[in-house]
Amino acid sequence: MEFLDYLPQVFTWTNLSILVLGTVGGLILGATPGLSPTMAVALLIPFTFQMAPAPALILLGAVYTATVAGGAVSAILVSIPGAPANIATLLDGFPLAKQGRATEALHYCFISSFIGGAIGVFVLIFFTPVLADVALQFGPSELFWVAVLGVTVIGSLGTTSVLKGLFAGAFGLWISTVGYNPVVGEERFVFSEHLTGGINIIAALIGLFAIPQVLTMLEDSGRSGSVEMFKMEEHKLLASFRANLARVKALIIGTISGVIVGIIPGAGGQIAGLIAYDQTKKFSRSKERFGTGEPEGVIAAESANNAMVGPSLVPLLTLSVPGSPTAAVLLGGLLINGLFPGPDLFTVHAEVTWTFINSLLVAQVFMLVFGLTISRYSRFVTRIPNHVMASAVTVLAVFGTYSVQNSMSDVFVMMTLGTAMYFASKFGFSPAPVVLGVILGPIAETNFLEGKLIAESGDGLMPYFFTGTINVVLVAFCFLSIAYSIFSEVRKIKKQREDTA
Amino acid sequence: MKRVKHMKTRSLWMSAVVALVWPFSVLAEGYPDRPVLVTVAYSPGGATDFQARIVTMMAAQESYLGQPLVIVNKPGAGGQVGWNWFAQKAKDDGYQLAAYNIPHFIAQSIVFKTKYSIDNLEPIANWGADPAVLIVNKDSQFNTANELLDFAKQNPGKVTISGAGQFTGHHVAMLQLAKAAGVTFKYIPTKGGVKALQRVLGGDVTAGFNNLSDSYRSRDKLKILAIADLERDKEFLPDVPTFKEIGVDVDNSSVNFRGIMAPKGTPPEVINKLAMKIPPMFQDKKVIKKMQAGGSPMRVMSRDDVIAMWKERQAYLTDLLKDLKKK
Repeated sequence: MEFLDYLPQVFTWTNLSILVLGTVGGLILGATPGLSPTMAVALLIPFTFQMAPAPALILLGAVYTATVAGGAVSAILVSIPGAPANIATLLDGFPLAKQGRATEALHYCFISSFIGGAIGVFVLIFFTPVLADVALQFGPSELFWVAVLGVTVIGSLGTTSVLKGLFAGAFGLWISTVGYNPVVGEERFVFSEHLTGGINIIAALIGLFAIPQVLTMLEDSGRSGSVEMFKMEEHKLLASFRANLARVKALIIGTISGVIVGIIPGAGGQIAGLIAYDQTKKFSRSKERFGTGEPEGVIAAESANNAMVGPSLVPLLTLSVPGSPTAAVLLGGLLINGLFPGPDLFTVHAEVTWTFINSLLVAQVFMLVFGLTISRYSRFVTRIPNHVMASAVTVLAVFGTYSVQNSMSDVFVMMTLGTAMYFASKFGFSPAPVVLGVILGPIAETNFLEGKLIAESGDGLMPYFFTGTINVVLVAFCFLSIAYSIFSEVRKIKKQREDTA
Repeated sequence: MKRVKHMKTRSLWMSAVVALVWPFSVLAEGYPDRPVLVTVAYSPGGATDFQARIVTMMAAQESYLGQPLVIVNKPGAGGQVGWNWFAQKAKDDGYQLAAYNIPHFIAQSIVFKTKYSIDNLEPIANWGADPAVLIVNKDSQFNTANELLDFAKQNPGKVTISGAGQFTGHHVAMLQLAKAAGVTFKYIPTKGGVKALQRVLGGDVTAGFNNLSDSYRSRDKLKILAIADLERDKEFLPDVPTFKEIGVDVDNSSVNFRGIMAPKGTPPEVINKLAMKIPPMFQDKKVIKKMQAGGSPMRVMSRDDVIAMWKERQAYLTDLLKDLKKK
């Protein structure tokens, strides 16, 4: 209970105002496509040069927490995930918004983010010593299987047809190999100068989701001249709370997936939401409702990606091994304040460290309060006429993509992928599997190549990838996941035949 | 309106006259009159970006440049995207500079068809030097570098060594060690130094080359066997021997130098002014304090020293990497 001793430190006027600033700013940054949590934290670090260690870390922690949740706002309202972590939120969040339930969806999003996030921080507070070494158990072979487990989810994501989902996923995996590979040190598929840097995940994300959306908006506005994109019902906050807490299963699955993915270094929070979404769907009795506006989908995805935040700091604070890309950037923020990860952090620098961790907890509360406030005004977004919305989204898409790496090449890639996606969507393909392919491709490939190199000088390929408890468990999960998908697909087809017969 | 125009014409005339009489110094006198961009070829938050932001933070002070140095990240392909852009597209008016990593960018320019090489870039000054150290896990059977080398001799191809990517300082150190000791290692390149360190901590590889600063921070979980530099590091690791001391011919060619450079064609007066003003800026008390807090070893070097160092590395690396060339 050591953390309680330092809890009052958070409640000074300076720290509280920094928390408010960080949370509100983080929510806005998170909602802007292209400004991912990782970038937001990285760009803020120089601003903390002049600050004392505790407020500096509080600011970075608050921004980390709020940007992860903020990314859901644009996912739900305009169908563009603010960051890769919010893809799963979109799958049911946007259909909900289309049905006029945007406020409700945003309520679920922030309530689940709060619950998942708070539990995540408690995991950080109570289980850090126990979990510290777990991170090191994940070598190349284990991470390879984690990525493969992610790939098994691809087929069932957001498409009506498993086959089309697999095609889209395979396309994503293929384009993820474009560019320079750090392990082999070679360039691949670089037939244009613009592809030297490969396909950036954020550029792909924005292009694949935003551009088809823009083109569809223009298509519709020309036809009917409709002023309203979709109507919006008022929704009582209390009802949302009740409905949210009633869906315990989604919350539990989401939070557990988030915590586990957070501790695994290198897996990244990007897949936490997707794995949670997929698991919740598999355990649900009404699978067919997922993708059409099922609140459980939003709840699972958002509780997962916020539950990831706290645990991603466990390996960072103890071993200086970051559990997520954002945590990796946060390491810089710690170092510049003279805080070296390791045992010293909880003894010599206990005051700063615990104040920082406690502030993460308080930041969850602020995130909930301000998030719910923002939800109330979200109806103004949905009242914007289509042609105005389309141009605003285009500007944001180009600006967001360019700002990631200050690269015009990324903008060309974004536009090309987006336009292709628009036509592909006419044939029933959806963007989520493609992006998942782009995210998982490099994780699977680099870890496989690294593992192969290590295995060749050791026991050989098969023993390296198929022995060890974690490997075996992960392989079993992969098989279960595939078997289950085939099973449910066969059952679905049978049912359809019976219905038609 | 007329008067303004008149004044403008007059000042134009005057500057033309001055420019004729004293052409070069005028350029340098007025420079810089707006912020100067510094391209970093790595992502925000990485070691190079992190250090570049610290060492440039005092630039706006009158005694240094009087204008801020603004960091712009152009990451991709292990730095190639940013440096290619810089060598090809950056304006040579003194308002676009970049951070360099040696031996990384020289090694890349030798192995790949890059648009950059030491011939089209002008060093300004060096701020940091991070030597590579040979590390093994705390539980490893090896207690000295020689034990590891003996094992490698008896078990060819069985020793894996992790490092941050292809053609980085770590890779160069591994190649040098293999050549000097007459053994073969299996190099395991990872994306970034932190990942490479993680492979050693997790016991996935036999040993690793990593940054002195990062290894020092994890020293209670590692054994640091030797340092690839000419002298011991008296401040952080006084007990760790250099390779030369233990009888292995590995010099300081793998030391990761970081500094600022300009594109070729930048006016010489501008380069001279930068070369004069920037080293004291790196040595500002506030900069040193922040760099020390972050555990980032500093080594400030003048333009002339850097030119010599670049040439030396170019010659050495061309020889070392001649078998790996992909051009």
